[in-house]
Amino acid sequence: MVGSSSSWSTALVRISPYTFAAIGIAISIGVSVLGAAWGIYITGSSLIGAAIKAPRITSKNLISVIFCEAVAIYGVIVAIILQTKLESVPSSKIYDPESLRAGYAIFASGIIVGFANLVCGLCVGIIGSSCALSDAQNSSLFVKILVIEIFGSALGLFGVIVGIIMSAQATWPSKG
Amino acid sequence: MYGFEALTFNIHGGYLEAIVRGHRSGLLTASDYNNLCQCETLEDIKMHLSATEYGPYLQNEPSPLHTTTIVEKCTLKLVDEYKHMLTQATEPLSTFLEYITYGHMIDNVVLIVTGTLHERDVQELLEKCHPLGMFDSIATLAVAQNMRELYRLVLVDTPLAPYFSECITSEDLDDMNIEIMRNTLYKAYLEDFYRFCQKIGGATAEIMCDILAFEADRRAVNITINSIGTELTRDERRKLYSNFGLLYPYGHEELAVCEDIDQVRSAMEKYPPYQSIFSKLSYGESQMLDKAFYEEEVKRLCLAFEQQFHYGVFFAYMRLKEQEIRNLMWVSECVAQNQKSRVHDSVVFIF
Repeated sequence: MVGSSSSWSTALVRISPYTFAAIGIAISIGVSVLGAAWGIYITGSSLIGAAIKAPRITSKNLISVIFCEAVAIYGVIVAIILQTKLESVPSSKIYDPESLRAGYAIFASGIIVGFANLVCGLCVGIIGSSCALSDAQNSSLFVKILVIEIFGSALGLFGVIVGIIMSAQATWPSKG
Repeated sequence: MYGFEALTFNIHGGYLEAIVRGHRSGLLTASDYNNLCQCETLEDIKMHLSATEYGPYLQNEPSPLHTTTIVEKCTLKLVDEYKHMLTQATEPLSTFLEYITYGHMIDNVVLIVTGTLHERDVQELLEKCHPLGMFDSIATLAVAQNMRELYRLVLVDTPLAPYFSECITSEDLDDMNIEIMRNTLYKAYLEDFYRFCQKIGGATAEIMCDILAFEADRRAVNITINSIGTELTRDERRKLYSNFGLLYPYGHEELAVCEDIDQVRSAMEKYPPYQSIFSKLSYGESQMLDKAFYEEEVKRLCLAFEQQFHYGVFFAYMRLKEQEIRNLMWVSECVAQNQKSRVHDSVVFIF
């Protein structure tokens, strides 16, 4: 293989599909948790400050934190599902198109879930912060802003659905 | 990056922004003012105020109550809240909060220098200073004879030092020079604050620069009206105007040559935001101008609370609280002097 085709596409195709699959799993859990943590601190700091003058808001507004936490749970679930899809393949078949396809499918699933959860966590966090501040001033606003948060948390769910569909077709070539 | 402050603002500023919004919900509303305006004595005012956020500050005051005591205690509440926020703040919010008090520092410096000129006692003057604008060496201001000494002895160690470069002269201090010094310092302070807000960028820059531009324009109009008929030359007057704001530079050219209020009015009516202010006044009248400006300022400050994740809410809250203390002082004075019919002349409702 020396000399004849030294292009980027050849180099990419020669990266082991296990690498792609493993990175996909790492991204699905890592970036989801990043999104959840980001959202929780955005909500939490506003909630703490607002609760000093209006202590009644604390218990209700923990819902925003729970929505952000759910995003991290999606990431964990998908990471567990993906890692069960990671099978060993005999080394003669490791660069077969079937193998590459399975590796890429797991990678894509991981990226989908990770980044969908990142932006979902951010969205729910920012809305949760505004929700806490508005609730402190006028308690009738809480339920209305909660509806916005529910729509925001649906974004993470979309990512999980598509990610699971992608990973369902990650079939490695059978042995022998 | 403008528009994405929501992602990182809450790391350092989220808690304090929530606290300042909590304080804002404690500002007096129109119904509170209506109750206060119907009071007969200062004791009634104290009773009504104990039901509001001012309760803990006023309840230990002995009768008979003076209006100055009420104002002093309310100002004390503002100072406590400010100090609490300042101790919790990090850069750049802490610098921003300090900038808010430099205006009071300038007023205190001028108060002491003028008082010394008229041979008042330093201790008495120190008690009249605004607590937000105090600094350590303020008492030594009474010793200085001219501006150069003022700078060299006292002000070089304060945050006001960079504002003095334009007004160090060796002339002796008299009333006219002190007023010019006050306005020159305030001009330098406003420009510095404007540059600082622009450097912060984002929503803070947009909201603060709008509020500061209004402040600069308002001071330009007040300088013009106050210097009509005095010995201030046109060039000196033009030097006191700030170099930003809606009126810069063409409005300033027109204002610099105005000789009476109607000329000021015709100069200002070319600018739609100020035309609505001046249209509330009838010709030749300038007493209501102050109140009209305050109302416009309050409107703009309330708008600062509509957006989240910026520093403008801190500035807006401090100014609204000062307006509330002015309102309380006016109401107390009217009640104490039995002139309740004039109460609504100068009370600006915030909500």
